[in-house]
Amino acid sequence: MMSTNDNWQDLCALNDLVPGSGVAAKLGDEAVALFWPKADQPQVYALAHRDPFSRAEVLAWGLLCEQQGEWSVASPLYKQHFRLRDGVCLEQPELALRTWPVRVKGDRVEVAM
Amino acid sequence: MKQRLIVVGNGMVGHHFVEQWLKTDAAANYQLTVFGEEHHPAYDRVHLSSYFEQSSADHLKLGEPGFYQNEQIDLHLGEAVTGLDRSRKVIVTEAGEYPYDKLVLATGSYPFVPPIPGGDADHCLVYRTLDDLDAIRASAEGVKTGVVIGGGLLGLEAANALKSLGLSVHVVEFAPRLMPVQLDDEAGAMLKRKVESLGVQVHTGKATDRIEAGENARMRMCFSDNESLETDLIVFSAGIRPQDALGRAAELTLGERGGINVDQHCLTSDPDIYAIGECAVWNGRHFGLVAPGYTMARAAVSHLTGDGQLSFQGADMSTKLKLLGVDVGSIGDAHGHTAGARSYRFTDECKGIYRRLVVSEDGKHLLGAILIGDNSYFDPLLQMALNDMPLPEQPESLILPAGSGDAPTLSSSELPDTATICSCHNVTKGDICEAMNDGATSVGDLKACTKAATGCGGCAAMLKTVLESELEKRGVQVDRSICEHFSYTREELFHLIRVEQIKSFDHLLERYGQGGGCEICKPAVASILASCWNEHIHQPNLVPLQDTNDTFMANMQKNGTYSVVPRIPGGEITPKMLMVIGQVAQRYKLYTKITGGQRIDLFGATLDELPLIWEELIAAGFETGHAYGKSLRTVKSCVGSTWCRYGVQDSVGMAIDIENRYKGLRSPHKIKMAVSGCTRECAEAQSKDIGVIATENGWNLYVCGNGGMKPRHADLFATDLDDETLVRYIDRILMFYIYTADRLQRTSVWLENLDGGLDYLRQVVIDDTLGLAAELEARMQHVVDSYQCEWKTAVENPEKRKRFRSFVNTDEPGRARIVQISERDQLIPARELVEEGA
Repeated sequence: MMSTNDNWQDLCALNDLVPGSGVAAKLGDEAVALFWPKADQPQVYALAHRDPFSRAEVLAWGLLCEQQGEWSVASPLYKQHFRLRDGVCLEQPELALRTWPVRVKGDRVEVAM
Repeated sequence: MKQRLIVVGNGMVGHHFVEQWLKTDAAANYQLTVFGEEHHPAYDRVHLSSYFEQSSADHLKLGEPGFYQNEQIDLHLGEAVTGLDRSRKVIVTEAGEYPYDKLVLATGSYPFVPPIPGGDADHCLVYRTLDDLDAIRASAEGVKTGVVIGGGLLGLEAANALKSLGLSVHVVEFAPRLMPVQLDDEAGAMLKRKVESLGVQVHTGKATDRIEAGENARMRMCFSDNESLETDLIVFSAGIRPQDALGRAAELTLGERGGINVDQHCLTSDPDIYAIGECAVWNGRHFGLVAPGYTMARAAVSHLTGDGQLSFQGADMSTKLKLLGVDVGSIGDAHGHTAGARSYRFTDECKGIYRRLVVSEDGKHLLGAILIGDNSYFDPLLQMALNDMPLPEQPESLILPAGSGDAPTLSSSELPDTATICSCHNVTKGDICEAMNDGATSVGDLKACTKAATGCGGCAAMLKTVLESELEKRGVQVDRSICEHFSYTREELFHLIRVEQIKSFDHLLERYGQGGGCEICKPAVASILASCWNEHIHQPNLVPLQDTNDTFMANMQKNGTYSVVPRIPGGEITPKMLMVIGQVAQRYKLYTKITGGQRIDLFGATLDELPLIWEELIAAGFETGHAYGKSLRTVKSCVGSTWCRYGVQDSVGMAIDIENRYKGLRSPHKIKMAVSGCTRECAEAQSKDIGVIATENGWNLYVCGNGGMKPRHADLFATDLDDETLVRYIDRILMFYIYTADRLQRTSVWLENLDGGLDYLRQVVIDDTLGLAAELEARMQHVVDSYQCEWKTAVENPEKRKRFRSFVNTDEPGRARIVQISERDQLIPARELVEEGA
């Protein structure tokens, strides 16, 4: 996911991420969920950690799901799915989570503000 | 003012009447009063002999629990109706008179005791009610021999009951063969041989002249052929007679051989009085089975409400039963009394099998049949006879053993819609098709919405056949794939993983799946891998598969915090350990609550606090309680013989042993168990997946109970087991459940859907018919031997511990970001957070 914005900010180390799953990181006062669906592919996603349905910061702990090639995370509380690439809630498409562009630089993970 | 409806008799048929009546709109216009002579509310008399296998009669009760607490029913138990005055329209009991507008007689029948001199001595008993069974049990105390007079259906049931009391049993029958009404000579002889091989002595063609005091036993029976037999107790089961005393005294029209005459609406000669069940006679016929009684009850309800749609038109008296473990079936004109009737017979003396087919003179119609030794032939033959379906060109093919050894099958499409599948609840094939049109797709669905196969259960196999052929007819390919990533059922995936020794999700996906996996298949596979190989669930390749609670080995609550439950085996805890829990809870400000499973739940921990909390708990000697897992939760216990005046075994000790054996076992769904120290059942074991209840001689094992949304009473699986056998059976049952259940299927639903049900489970577990027992035990032993406290391993391993950071790039504790308020001196989630929603 490339961005024209050059305002990249270091977030955490690559080995802080968990292949096949998610972790949470702080970005200012914001909580970010970082997902790395497949260990053998470099693609990493950043979405809001806060679940809009429960208002609890839990989304990084959701299970990753693949459907027709598209990855999403299932909320660990009430199981709604949020698409990783754009944060859209599959059960309620008018609702979308904030997402951030992510890149892996060496052994660091960066997001664009 | 409301009209007054009185029902005399609270047996099975009387109960069915009340049940059906309360469903009608007309019920609101009547005040309903029910009289029962016995002290028990309606119970299942068909399965009476199981009373001796269980410690109480609760499992025999009819109707939903609390049915008779209904304010619409005024139930008088233990109040016999002694008089009926039709001119004043009142009935009379010891307590007084009760006026009626409409009266229903459901007084049933009484056992016929032949007038044998000496037959009124002590220990000469009958077999009809729970009180009779109590008397039989008391009489059998400390003696050796029992005799049943009467070799009919009920007599053989009574023989079974005596056998289960440990007596040496004889059956004495006046006719030259057993079950003379239903069987011919050859079938009777075959049944006699089989029954005798089970240790019951059968004496046919014997007339008892008198009963006198015995020398080596309480009594001596002297027969007309001058032979004699000594016995300690005698049970008369020589037939039943309609209990028509009220009708007789009130001069209602009676049948020639007794019984109250009724018409097709079950109306007697008095237009305000109905008679239903065994006290009634219709067209000179008396119906001693429960299904015709139910039909009569419905006919009476229908007439009372004024619609009169349903009427009684006689009933099929075919019977299918297991007597002393022997299959016996009799259909229609079993003796070939119809003019010109011809028979086909098949006998296999080695296996003890006999089948007779009675066909019409032109060979085109099935009139009747007799089956001994294998009732799998019963359903297709019954349907053919009832629906007058054309016979195949070679009718003998219907009773000859097929090449594959399978009984003939009947395509459901050949059955008319009017064919009755379940006679207990009067469910036709048409009703089943209708339920399927409304969305039912499984035997479980059909049972729930039509009640088919929930009475005697004899039609379960037929119901499944109809379901499957109807599904096929509708072109429904029943897709049991677990999800889009695997075209396999859970059972098939389990088999693949086990046989091919697959240890990771990626490996399984590569060989048998497609795509990337989802929240359905990942936890299901994680569970199977754990059941098979029992590796730590936070191995790096297993981490991405775990569902919400397994992800951090704690239960996520609505505000994203976690609750922690340490294991307290059997609910036994020292004061010192209890204080540790208190100290930890206080230190981390955890909301504390006692659970239903005799443990303590600590709420409100953040992710980063979990390893700290567990470090302290583990140091004090606690282990993880797996409250987060689809695995064994708790084994609840009562205090048992250690303290209790009534306890007969050490239930706490057994509960602790069992909990320690199965802790950490991952399964298709959570598993709950309990052990009670006596029959008072304070641990509520009959509501658990595995329930153990102490007896004088050991343990009774109950299986597949459930509380929760759809409660299910556990079934009695085996009785009086010693410790070792008990554990062996539980090993096998649990592992067989793990092998074959669907994902997230509790044992209760699993058993309901298991082909062959409880009997089949017994065969697999007790008789080892699949030859699987040793493997199941070895699998369980592997899980037991490889147990580790998951939390101990996690807190000791820095890599695993890293995962419990609330944020990977700061040490800021998660607690800083949650909002809590105080209620009743404890912290709970702030309401606005949880109640506004999004």
